Amino acid sequence: MATVTTKLYQEPKEELISGSEAIGIACALADVDVITAYPIRPYDTVMQYVSRLKADGAFDFDYIIAESEHSQFEIVKHASSVGARTFTGSSGVGWFYAFEAITVTAGLRMPVVAMVGNRALDDPGAFGVEHNDAMAVRDLGWHLYWVATAQEALDMALIAYKVAEDPRVLLPFALSCDGSFLTHSQAIVQVPSQDQVDKFLPAYNRGSLQLHPDNPITVAPQANEDWLMEIRKQTDEAMRRTPAVIKEVYAEFKEVFGRGDDSPFIEQYMCEDADVILVGMGTLAMPTRVAVRRMRETGKKVGFLRVKFFRPFPTEELQEALKGAKGIAVIDRDYSYGSPGYGGVLFHELRSTMYPLDERPVMLNFIAGLGGREVMVSDVEEMVETTQKAIDTGKIDQETTWVAVRE
Amino acid sequence: MATRSVEVVYRGIFQRTMARNIVRNIVFAARKDGKIGTAFGRYSDSPERNGIPAKQFAVVADTALELEESLAVYEASNVDVTINVDDAMCKGIESWAWYGLQPINELTRSGGTLIVTSRQDADSLLEDIHQKDAPYNLSIIPSTVSFSGLWVYKDDHTDMRVLGALCKACPELVSINAMLESIKEQTGSETKVASVQRAFDRFTSRLVEPGEGNTETPFSFDMPGWKTMEEGVVIRGLPEGGGFRGGEEGYQPGRSEVFKKWSTRSMRPVINFDTCIKCTLCWLQCPDESFDITPDGLYDANMESCCGCGVCEAVCPVPDCVTMVGEPEFNDNNSQWDAWTADKDTYNKWMTVLVDKAKSETRSHGFHHIGGYDEEIKAEEA
Repeated sequence: MATVTTKLYQEPKEELISGSEAIGIACALADVDVITAYPIRPYDTVMQYVSRLKADGAFDFDYIIAESEHSQFEIVKHASSVGARTFTGSSGVGWFYAFEAITVTAGLRMPVVAMVGNRALDDPGAFGVEHNDAMAVRDLGWHLYWVATAQEALDMALIAYKVAEDPRVLLPFALSCDGSFLTHSQAIVQVPSQDQVDKFLPAYNRGSLQLHPDNPITVAPQANEDWLMEIRKQTDEAMRRTPAVIKEVYAEFKEVFGRGDDSPFIEQYMCEDADVILVGMGTLAMPTRVAVRRMRETGKKVGFLRVKFFRPFPTEELQEALKGAKGIAVIDRDYSYGSPGYGGVLFHELRSTMYPLDERPVMLNFIAGLGGREVMVSDVEEMVETTQKAIDTGKIDQETTWVAVRE
Repeated sequence: MATRSVEVVYRGIFQRTMARNIVRNIVFAARKDGKIGTAFGRYSDSPERNGIPAKQFAVVADTALELEESLAVYEASNVDVTINVDDAMCKGIESWAWYGLQPINELTRSGGTLIVTSRQDADSLLEDIHQKDAPYNLSIIPSTVSFSGLWVYKDDHTDMRVLGALCKACPELVSINAMLESIKEQTGSETKVASVQRAFDRFTSRLVEPGEGNTETPFSFDMPGWKTMEEGVVIRGLPEGGGFRGGEEGYQPGRSEVFKKWSTRSMRPVINFDTCIKCTLCWLQCPDESFDITPDGLYDANMESCCGCGVCEAVCPVPDCVTMVGEPEFNDNNSQWDAWTADKDTYNKWMTVLVDKAKSETRSHGFHHIGGYDEEIKAEEA
């Protein structure tokens, strides 16, 4: 393992960097031991950045450029089993090519941290953001977090290691970053000092599960129906334990770094007295918040709720935050062909979340921004109008609307 | 309470680092003025290709909230300053991220400024720059175009001069003092600081009235919708070619009316039809099938199609039969063969002037002069 502690940031420093570069810096501050890579846009931006840090001698780690995404994810899984802190990532169909390795990483309880530079799935080959790529791990035991800003990318990467490596959890962590809007836009980011990070993040200790000659164990033997249910239940319990760990770690983060929201799971923007609450993930928060401010100025009671953790899904927080609204407009930057009512994935999750409530708000679904198309402030205003109409008339004309699609 | 934005229009890859330097230094300097900003390249321009016009942006605001307001739109509908670092792009730009030809001043706001690095004067540039309904200022930084080879950054202070001019054009964006301080901090170079100051001091601009400029309508493209597009991600091939301009003789390939690529050109081939030996190499090697075969068996470079890569010049076995000439020398895409056929003497005189000029001017962008940059560096060191 690399033993040189990075002293890239002796003091906290302000940088002008992209979300990808912010994650690269977080890797250095977290003293990651092994990074594997295989180029695909937009994830490759983090790959380029850590390469530069290594070339400059600023960050010492084992850098393995694999021959494919599949090997890339296999290598970090194995490195993680021997106690190395690891980082990897991909985008779009590259992430899908690694899928066999991605499923086993969670199954074997390896706390790998990966960045998904969200990208539309082929075909057609497109570089822009869509959330279907990262969402494919939603049923597999990965943490899945949607980042909105470069600052949050850096902060959450540090939090991700601490949560994922917690002995109560030991589950991998995917940081979803919208291609272009996050991966390629440079913003002012406050980078903490190495001392601050060292204070917050302990070394990765896999304990008795560490594969080592002094600790002879077999990892991943074949297991049949006599074993599967129990193994799955263990992973389930780990996922059920993680929300409490996330809360704990988030509170510690806020204490050490002096930054953070009220909740690690959701961000509420002007939701308190809102009749209509817009719900979405990732960088579309920006135009949506602006739209909410503008509508508030005209007296409309509108709010925005950003879902940050998609896994574990913050069911109770969402029920609490949304139960007072008359209408909910769910913006999906993804789609599930042939799903119930032909809707997006976030919409289905939210409807399922709201079902147990006695009084359920009107729920509408808006498919927007696929393939990186911009979600405009005017689009958001239209979503609110459509939802308001459904509230006023008590009638839903159309449950799912494709926004700004050319006919 | 203010937000200011700047776009840098540049040649993909050849000028990428320079564009990045400009937008990042704007944000760094504005920070010294107590402002907050962001810098980004237009994502849909990527992956950048050699010479294809691309854009990077800098947005600066007094507060984070104002910055968010402005960033709610990824590509601004108007900017305070447009910076064009290759005057050939004054003819308009057809980028990966844009369908049809976008006038260079499309986003320049009313009363804003278009800064161009050029050896031409304002009147000459305005023959190319499309007219607008609103007035704006045109500022020229007297300069040859700063080009280097593939991925190479030519550190000739063009970025510094642009930054100095920018502080004069839009002091609300960033003050000259903040810029000087920031450049010193970022580069540690006193000569760079001097370049910024000098460009600031020498800044001039001229008001461009509404309606002044090129009156041509830029070509455009209406995108079909999901009901009218073919299913299965299919694009129909272009119709096959036929005789030269629809006639019986010669040959002309089918070409797209809506995707032309010529704004990628910073140089164009000029043909000496009298010395052409009809060897076919230019026609054969042209990656874009831009040569039309004339009825008399000559090869006419079609300027609606040519992206100016210079392969024809490189493969032509006859000295000076194909010469790459700087694009700003031309004001139209008319056929050279037509001009030559109409009046050979006039054409040849015109051609000779251009060829001589091309030899004395370095307007290289990579392939055209492989190793050219190395030679230049050596010459400078000598």
